[in-house]
Order: sequence, then structure tokens, then C-alpha cells
Amino acid sequence: MSKRTATVTAPPMPEAAHGLDLLRTMLLIRRFEETCAELYSAARIRGFVHLYVGEEAVATGVMSALGPDDAVLSTYREHGHALARGLPVDALMAEMFGKETGCSRGRGGSMHLFDKSRRFVGGNAVVAAGLPLAIGLALADKLQGRDRATVCFFGEGAAAEGEFHESLNLAALWRLPVLFCCENNLYAMGTAIAKEHAQPDIALRAESYGLAAWPVDGMDVLAVERAAQRAVEAIRGGAGPHLLELRTYRFRAHSMYDPDRYREKAEIERWKERDPIDALVASMRAAGQLDDAGLEALRDEVAGLVAAAVDAADQAPFEPVENLTRFITSEAGPEGGQR
Amino acid sequence: MTATLVETTYREALRAAIRQAMLQDERVFLMGEDVGDYGGCFAVSLGLLEEFGPERIRDTPLSESAFVGAGIGAAIGGMRPIVEIMTVNFSLLALDQIMNNAASLLHMSGGQFNVPLVIRMTTGAGRQLAAQHSHSLEGWYAHIPGLRILAPATLEDARGMLPTALRDPDPVLIFEHGSLYNMKGSLPDDAGAVDIDRAAVRREGADVTLITYGGTLGKTLEAAELLAADGISAEVIDLRTLRPLDDATFIGSVRRTHRAVVVDEGWRSGSLSAEISARIMEQALYDLEAPVARVCSAEVPMPYPKHLEDAALPQAATIAEAARRSMRPAAG
Ligand SMILES: Cc1ncc(C[n+]2csc(CCOP(=O)(O)OP(=O)(O)O)c2C)c(N)n1
Ligand SMILES: [Mg+2]
Repeated sequence: MSKRTATVTAPPMPEAAHGLDLLRTMLLIRRFEETCAELYSAARIRGFVHLYVGEEAVATGVMSALGPDDAVLSTYREHGHALARGLPVDALMAEMFGKETGCSRGRGGSMHLFDKSRRFVGGNAVVAAGLPLAIGLALADKLQGRDRATVCFFGEGAAAEGEFHESLNLAALWRLPVLFCCENNLYAMGTAIAKEHAQPDIALRAESYGLAAWPVDGMDVLAVERAAQRAVEAIRGGAGPHLLELRTYRFRAHSMYDPDRYREKAEIERWKERDPIDALVASMRAAGQLDDAGLEALRDEVAGLVAAAVDAADQAPFEPVENLTRFITSEAGPEGGQR
Repeated sequence: MTATLVETTYREALRAAIRQAMLQDERVFLMGEDVGDYGGCFAVSLGLLEEFGPERIRDTPLSESAFVGAGIGAAIGGMRPIVEIMTVNFSLLALDQIMNNAASLLHMSGGQFNVPLVIRMTTGAGRQLAAQHSHSLEGWYAHIPGLRILAPATLEDARGMLPTALRDPDPVLIFEHGSLYNMKGSLPDDAGAVDIDRAAVRREGADVTLITYGGTLGKTLEAAELLAADGISAEVIDLRTLRPLDDATFIGSVRRTHRAVVVDEGWRSGSLSAEISARIMEQALYDLEAPVARVCSAEVPMPYPKHLEDAALPQAATIAEAARRSMRPAAG
């Protein structure tokens, strides 16, 4: 018998200040990505760029439940994760431009954002390849007796990969402090979930491996935050790994290359009615926590941050070509000095 | 205090190295399939579970990609994992983790995340295990920037490469040839870390340089004996480290002998032997008196029967024959 818990119902409104923080983060992600799309069309950003528009509540809610010592593993669709984790907008935009001031010194681009100081162990662009890393990070914490959680994001498409099954089994077998966050946006590139999974209920499958798992409304940032807090608290208390299936939707194409031929416009429009930003704005207005002027001020604030980041990235230097082969091996050399 | 010599085997030397690393550094742990209760599928870790317990001698399920990836994650998380993959054949299920994560993370993150991980695995043929259990793919791994590839061929290296590899801030793969585990000999009782940068001259000679590593070192030394009986003085180079290659040692030797035979249990096409041959061409072409020769495995999936397997692998006789050919004027 499944012990599954229904989606947490109607969480109470948080303090206004906290609601504004969540809203600011979601607005920042949205603005950052809309700017990325424009810059891409203007050929100032290249490579693969995967936008998160529509899914902002997931990263924002989950990150809000974490502490600074927790580790985060992300995918190629990671601008939202990085921004919500607090990586500086300037460093992220510079990375899009491939500049030396980027969070990965320009070597990664959109798909490989890293920040050691925030334990953001980056963007993995091989589907499901981050899950085994999460196992190892959590194992290291367990072996060293550190009270930290490791959070690993991936899509529902990744749940068809072997790494998903191997990693969930290992996490449960070793009772590791991991929170798996499956962002179920119903598509893996152009393949709809009904065509990828015989059993599309990802949380149910996680339960079968012995994890505590439940579905969450991924368009509701407060529901996501509550679920993540509950899971992380349980994990810290030694309850073992958890999986949240965050039910969400991407409003834009899979990547900037994708002509988006595989879904109905009407389906996209229906989901847009559940825009996570509009939803939070509406609840905050209803609770008397936000008015037009307040919303306008927030929009201006994030627009200013992103515009300044674009300017800074534009001005920033490229890494000199002489440095091409830096970081193939560590510059510090062997532990304890020369061999 | 002077060291006394103790009888040992390649397997025991590996075990002693793991044991000492576990005793000296809390961060070190061993993880892989059957490393604990079973004692390691080649009995390398026999007895270590009893001494160190299941947290540090960690049996894993059959999940090569996940436990290799977990080794990478644990290394980033501050541990010094030793991951054992049963054999190179199964490492293919973890190839993505090794190549796209272990080897790439440091560069991809602009120098932020180094991966101090050691992966050990058995390699090679010669035990009639047929096509899926007989690969020598260390040359493939030596293709990948960001990895250091080691092939201990002697007791000293079996004992000494691991501690040095564990001090390396970046991923190191150690390939143990399956035919070597029972190799007997003696080691000083205080034997310890050795360098993992340089190739070694295992036999000095003046007429031809035989370049090899790992499981074919023994056969190559035998070939040198055969050649000596014909009055040909062969120098034998043990590469030891397959990436980064120590060009200076083998190029220096070839400059003196003017002839080279590369012996590699991998297949010939697109191989490590091709790389070595190319480097000799690039750096010492005008010192050569004969084309560089290669003795590699026949390009077939390894057959089961002994006579066919023997015919597919480099042997002392075929190595010696290749060297003799390169000694003839107008060789080829
Ligand atoms: C192992 C692997 N196979 C294929 C791809 C190409 N690819 C990139 S994203 C993607 C879809 C993944 O879908 P999902 O896991 O649902 O994540 P989403 O993109 O929807 O966030 C595919 C097939 C890849 N990067 N890695
Ligand atoms: Mg998806």
C-alpha cells in the first residue's frame, strides 16, 4: 500500500517580506531568461540554451528550503536553479557571453554553471548523469558525519535512464541524505510523457525503491517550498532519501533550436493560465501584501539587475587564448607537495 | 634500520597499498562490486572488510555508472575514494561518468571542482574468457584529457602507485592486468610510494628498443632473452604511465638504438601503439634505421579456445620476430 501524501493543500500565506523574496526570485529568473532569448536571437549568446520559463516556482521553492552548506546538482536547464541558489546575476550573464568573469570562467556556457562557494555542483548536460554525483556527495556527508542535504534536479525524461534507477536504489540502500527533485514538465524534448514511460507516475516508482516520494504542484511556489522544507527536515532527521515529483510545464520550446512542433498551442495557453508568477501575485494581492506599485518596483529592480549584468558581461574580457589548456589538471599539484 | 626483503605477490602488494592508505587517511575508502564479503573478485581486498568494516570497504550493487559517479561525487565532497570496477569490460557501463564527469568537471567548472578519485580495474586477456571478458581498453582511456592512466607491471608499482595516485588532485585510473595477480617476488618490507610520471628502463640494450607496459612486460622481457641468444641487445621500456606519456624516456632510448618495436595488447587501429609510433615519427624520425614496428592483438573479438587466443595475443616469439625484422637492412 502506498503511503503517498496528497499535494500539500493551501499553505497559509507567509510573511509579506518572504513572499516578496520568492516573487523577486521568480521575476529575476523570468527576466534573465527573456533577456537570454533576445540575446540569442541577436547572436550574442550561442550554444545550446534551455529556458525554464514557466517552471520558476520549482527552483525558487526548493532552494528556499536549503541552507548554505547543502549541495545542489543541476541540469542543462539550470539558469533558474543557479539564480535561485544565489549565484550572482553578473557571473551568470558573463558565462552566457563566454567571458572570463563568468561563473565557470566562460568555459561552460549556459549548460555548465558552477559555483563552489555556494556548493552549486553544476549543470550536467548528459541526461541523468548528475544523479550518481548526488549519491557520492551525500555519501561523503554521511561518512564524515556532516548534517547536510544534497539536492539533485532532473527532468521526467531522465527517469527513463539507467542512472535514475541505479541511483535511487543506492540512495535508499544506503539511506543517504539526498532530495531528488524530478521536474515533470511532461516532455523530454519532443517526446510526451505517455510515449516515454509505461508508468508515468514517477513518485510511485520512487516509492517502489524505498524512497519517501510524493507529487507536488510545481506551479505553486508555496506548495513547492512547503514540500521541500518537509522533505529536507526529514532527511536531516535521518529519514533517508526523498523524491519530489514537481508537476510543471515549460512555456517555451525545449531549446532555442526547437521549433516546438509536437504540442498544441492550446495546451501551452492552458498552462500559461497557471503561470507561477501570476499565481503568487494574485495570492499576495488577495492577502493585501502587494499592490501595483509594489509589483512595478520589483519588476524595475530585476530589470535593472539584468540590464547591468548584460552591460558588465559585454565589457568583460575573454579568457586569453594562452589559457586554453588550463584546468585540464589541477594547478595546485599533488597533496603534500611535489611527487 | 635496513629493510628486509619479504616474499609477496602482485595481489598482496595491491592489498598492502590499500590497507596502508586506509590506515593513514580517514578519507580513503574502497567501493565496488564484491569488494567486501567476497573479498574482491580477484581477492585483492580479502580480509579488509574484517579490518575496516562495511562503511569503508563498501560493497555496491551492480550499478557501474552509479557507483563510479558516486566515487566522483564523494571525491568532490572531500573523500579520497578508491573505486574498484571488476574489469575494464564493465567499465564501459560507467564510461560516461569517467569521461563526461571525472575527466571534464575541473575544466568545465573553470578550475573549481577537481576530482581526487582513484579507479582500479582489471584488464587484459589470456585466460580463455572469450570476447566480452578479454578487452584491453586502457589505450582508450589514455585518449582522454583530464585523466592519468597507470599500468603497474611490477610488484614495486603494484605496491607504490596507489599511494601516489591518492595524493593526486585529479582522477587516476589504475589498470591491473589479470595475468599478474599471482606474480611472485620480493619487496622490501618498507616499500611504499613510487613516482607516477616516468617510464622505466627494465632492461638495458643497444640494438633495438622494445616499448610496452602492463601485462605484456613479461613477454617482452622474454623476447629480449630470445634476442640476446641471437646476439641482439634489446632495451625494454615499461611505460608505466599511459597518460601523460613520458616521451623523453622512450624517445631517448630510440635515439640510441635507432629501432623501435611497440608491444600492446590492445588492437592496432587507432591505438596507444599508434600514438607511440607517431610520437617517435614526430620526434626521432631521422634517428631511425628501420620503420617502427608494432605487435598488437589481432583485430578480432577474443575467441575462447586457447590456440586461437594465443594466436591473437602478442607473444614473446612474435615480439622477438618483429625485432629481428627491424634489425635487417631494408627492413620491412
Ligand atoms: C544521455 C542523453 N541523451 C540525450 C540527450 C539529449 N537531450 C537533452 S535534453 C533531453 C530531454 C530531457 O528531458 P527531461 O529529462 O524531461 O528534461 P527537460 O528537458 O524536460 O527539463 C534530451 C533527449 C542528452 N543530453 N543526454
Ligand atoms: Mg521534461
